[in-house]
Amino acid sequence: MTASSAPAIETSGLVKVFGATRAVDGIDLTVPEAAVYGILGPNGAGKTTFVRMLATLLRPDGGHGTVFGRDIVGEAALVRKQVSLTGQYASIDEDLTGTENLVLLGRLLGHGKSAAQRRAGELLDAFGLAAAADRQVKHYSGGMRRRIDIAASIISTPRLLFLDEPTTGLDPRSRNQVWDIVRVIVAQGTTVLLTTQYLDEADHLAGRIAVIDHGTVIAEGTPGELKASVGAGSVRVRLRSGEQRVQAERVLAAELGTEVQFDADPVALTARIAGGESGRGAAEHASRALARLAQDGITVDDFSLGQPSLDEVFLALTDRKGNRA
Amino acid sequence: MTSTSNAERADAGGDTPVADNLGAVLATGEPPTPPSAWSASVTFAWRAMLKIKHVPEQLFDVTAFPVIMTLMFTYLFGGALAGSPEEYLQYLLPGVLVMSVAMITMYTGVGLNADIQKGVFDRFRTLPIWRPSALVGAVIGDVCRYSLASVVIILLGLALGYRPGGGVLGVLAGVGLLLVFSFAFSWIWTLLGLLLRSERSVMGVSAMVLFPLSFLSNVFVDPRTMPSWLQGFVDVNPIAHLVAAVRGALSGEWDASATLWMFVSAGIILAIFGPLTMRMYNRK
Repeated sequence: MTASSAPAIETSGLVKVFGATRAVDGIDLTVPEAAVYGILGPNGAGKTTFVRMLATLLRPDGGHGTVFGRDIVGEAALVRKQVSLTGQYASIDEDLTGTENLVLLGRLLGHGKSAAQRRAGELLDAFGLAAAADRQVKHYSGGMRRRIDIAASIISTPRLLFLDEPTTGLDPRSRNQVWDIVRVIVAQGTTVLLTTQYLDEADHLAGRIAVIDHGTVIAEGTPGELKASVGAGSVRVRLRSGEQRVQAERVLAAELGTEVQFDADPVALTARIAGGESGRGAAEHASRALARLAQDGITVDDFSLGQPSLDEVFLALTDRKGNRA
Repeated sequence: MTSTSNAERADAGGDTPVADNLGAVLATGEPPTPPSAWSASVTFAWRAMLKIKHVPEQLFDVTAFPVIMTLMFTYLFGGALAGSPEEYLQYLLPGVLVMSVAMITMYTGVGLNADIQKGVFDRFRTLPIWRPSALVGAVIGDVCRYSLASVVIILLGLALGYRPGGGVLGVLAGVGLLLVFSFAFSWIWTLLGLLLRSERSVMGVSAMVLFPLSFLSNVFVDPRTMPSWLQGFVDVNPIAHLVAAVRGALSGEWDASATLWMFVSAGIILAIFGPLTMRMYNRK
């Protein structure tokens, strides 16, 4: 079991119980190296508890897990050498300045005094925080806090970076900055385990996603696979003339056998495509429906094929689980 | 960061866009060797010093509190117990020095309780360092605060007419004994700080322990005037051993047995409460 060939994270039957709550209730997961792996779930799904166990902050009550082949309980010290954590709540000392925080952590990682200071300066520059370097972190904006927090996690480049809800509460511009940072870090070969309750965030960043609810994984795969597993897509059609909209609705409903909705735009309508096994099936359905419109003399100005959003995937998955329970 | 508008915004709010060359600042190669237990602890003590720099109000308890204690008890009891405040001060000062610092040690627990709730401790605990160093460093930082309180009390005592027979060396030795004991004693409060839910409950419990320990001792009066059952308590009270040892050092008349007992009780306290604190800390 050499550390280099092992996956970044491997867990089997991981359990954490708080009183009567099974916060994490048997999670089996394999996270490959050098990519962003998304953990998606609503508040209270067990995402943070899962991450805290992997980061050696909590001791599991059952099952086991490894990080690069090192056991998170028995070899916790070796795990800590390879990971960094940016927690859900600022994992930075708010009473200290930006520079002091980074120098403190640099020293704790083993840098000498001058090396730690140089490293702090480099990171503050690169993260656009140079002007705020000597200000206490408690006076930083939300976006700046997130950036200094991530900067603190990459003083030494970790092999695995935990980002626990890195963009919760950020404005869109700050959120995009965090996304850019994550992409750069991953491009350099670091594995990122990202938890989020934002589906578009997982869709934008993550190569694979595990959907967690009530402490268990309810779905796992690439964003595309997850969408395909739900099977629904949609075709949106813009007609030349709004007068043909009712006729077009009838044609699409007959051809696709699903509900058709009028859009707010008076010449547009959207039809859902019923569950095919793959994305290509949905495209075939749509092109046949478009051909029928042309045969019936309905002029289509424009059309677009929509994949189901992760929101739909998530709601479909949690509903299914809810019905079963 | 090429346009002037960005530079202006940087001056105004410090919130500039992330540099495009972020990839270049990512460290490559092997990370440095993690620091030794001692150097990590010293780094955490430095953190405590930085916090004092940013929030100097937290020095209030080690400056104003000892001054009030010294003045209050000297003039309150002096006339009744020793004929005059000046004469009483010769007996009281070592005691009030110990009492004040012992009282201040509870702020270690209170401060830790507040500190550990913050997310930054999650980061500390995922670093590849000797885990107790965050707490050891915090206590070392507090020992610096205790030294400041000691200096304040001794200077005030000298101004009021206290004359230590042990001279400069005696004073240094006495303060040294006090700091050693306080370092060990602080671990009781670090444990409480981790066990109890709020700062207020830490304060309440610490006061409940500290008041009997400091008043039922030789701080204010000679225990020989007490009923025998109370003398029995004073005989095993570690604060009483500490006061006797410090009083001996300051006066230049060493109390070897009290000094020995002080070291023994400090050792026992550290051996019990240090590991218990770490157990709680690792579980948090």
